[in-house]
Amino acid sequence: MSVIRFDGVSHRYGERRVLEGIQLELTEHRIGIVGANGSGKSTLARMINGLVEPTAGTVTVDELDVRRQGKEVRRRVGFIFTDPDNQIVMPTVGEDVAFTLRRSGLTKEQIAARVEETLARFGLAGHAEHPAHLLSGGQKQLLALAAVMVAEPSVLVADEPTTLLDARNSRMVAGLLSNLGQQVVVVTHDLALLTEFDRVIVIEDGLVAADDTPAAAIAFYRALLG
Amino acid sequence: MIGLYLPGRSLVHRMSAGAKLASLAVALILLVLLDHPWQMGVAALVAAGLYVLARVPWRAALGQLRPLLWILIIVAGLQLLFADWQKAVMVTGVMLISAALAGLLTLTTPVPAILDLCQRMLRPLQRFGVNPDRVGLAMALTIRCIPLMAGIVKDVTEARKARGVTGWRGSIIALAAPAVVRALRAADALGEALIARGADD
Repeated sequence: MSVIRFDGVSHRYGERRVLEGIQLELTEHRIGIVGANGSGKSTLARMINGLVEPTAGTVTVDELDVRRQGKEVRRRVGFIFTDPDNQIVMPTVGEDVAFTLRRSGLTKEQIAARVEETLARFGLAGHAEHPAHLLSGGQKQLLALAAVMVAEPSVLVADEPTTLLDARNSRMVAGLLSNLGQQVVVVTHDLALLTEFDRVIVIEDGLVAADDTPAAAIAFYRALLG
Repeated sequence: MIGLYLPGRSLVHRMSAGAKLASLAVALILLVLLDHPWQMGVAALVAAGLYVLARVPWRAALGQLRPLLWILIIVAGLQLLFADWQKAVMVTGVMLISAALAGLLTLTTPVPAILDLCQRMLRPLQRFGVNPDRVGLAMALTIRCIPLMAGIVKDVTEARKARGVTGWRGSIIALAAPAVVRALRAADALGEALIARGADD
């Protein structure tokens, strides 16, 4: 597994403190991050991919500094967002997955084979020519996942990936995330998703409020919510 | 172009995007050079033959021309009023067959092939600072954003209806303002997703 390190990380939007003095080393396979809206958990997750840079401290992935080596970090760290509609950049399903591989150096035939194989893996076989905007919400999230995983990143960060999905699609996406071989960091309000995870971190008001096993961290979080 | 491509293995499908675009350009030049209605009839038969050769279902073929219907009726009416029936046939024929042939290109060519072609055509402009990859990406995003924008406007319209505002009652600003705000948010999120997917690396 990769080693994701937050070393004295703080972040501010103007005068507003979002994260303060975060000190974490993430080496487990499946890591959950929970917290109330505005607690700073999404900012924390975005830092792993270099989408947000810390205003103080450093974030590294396998010793690569996300601020200085963002390009290399993004090759290792895939990211999926809450709303897959904002992540799909090409008109059809197959084209969107192929977009990730456009600078991979693979031939067109190799790209086509990888796309087909990945779509089958994520339950989208036969949808390659389908307009992406006509997929269901669950299928769109599967496409977003397939489009990231086709590049075989070593880490996947997902920011509330099941929030916009119905219960069935939510379970399906959660199942896929849990069974990935890659290191997975999931920000979520869906506590049931985290029960089988290896570690859960609770973020409260920009600070790490708990960092424990899922059972202990979730119990702490429930108590915090009252 | 939004999902209009119909996969197939016909001769037309197998032609390269470049060959199809060049053929389309030649066909359009030839069309405007025609000067007898019977020639236009032959051209229409050739265009129809190409659709048959490409095995495009008739519904999809008509779908290409439907948006033009009212324009054709108006143009034909004006030509009949101010010129003669021959002129009406020639003018509407050029428009109809041009649209049909251009439609055949999009029906039988995947979007990436068209984008690749545009990028190749833009390569000579690299020395003037044009980045073909970025232009290609911008074109793809433009195509992708049409349904995204349509979805946003639909959501805002439904939200207005749910609150009892229909038609143009209230104000156009009441429709445009939330739609623009949501579009800007979507653009921001799309930009973030592009960075996350390494588009700018």
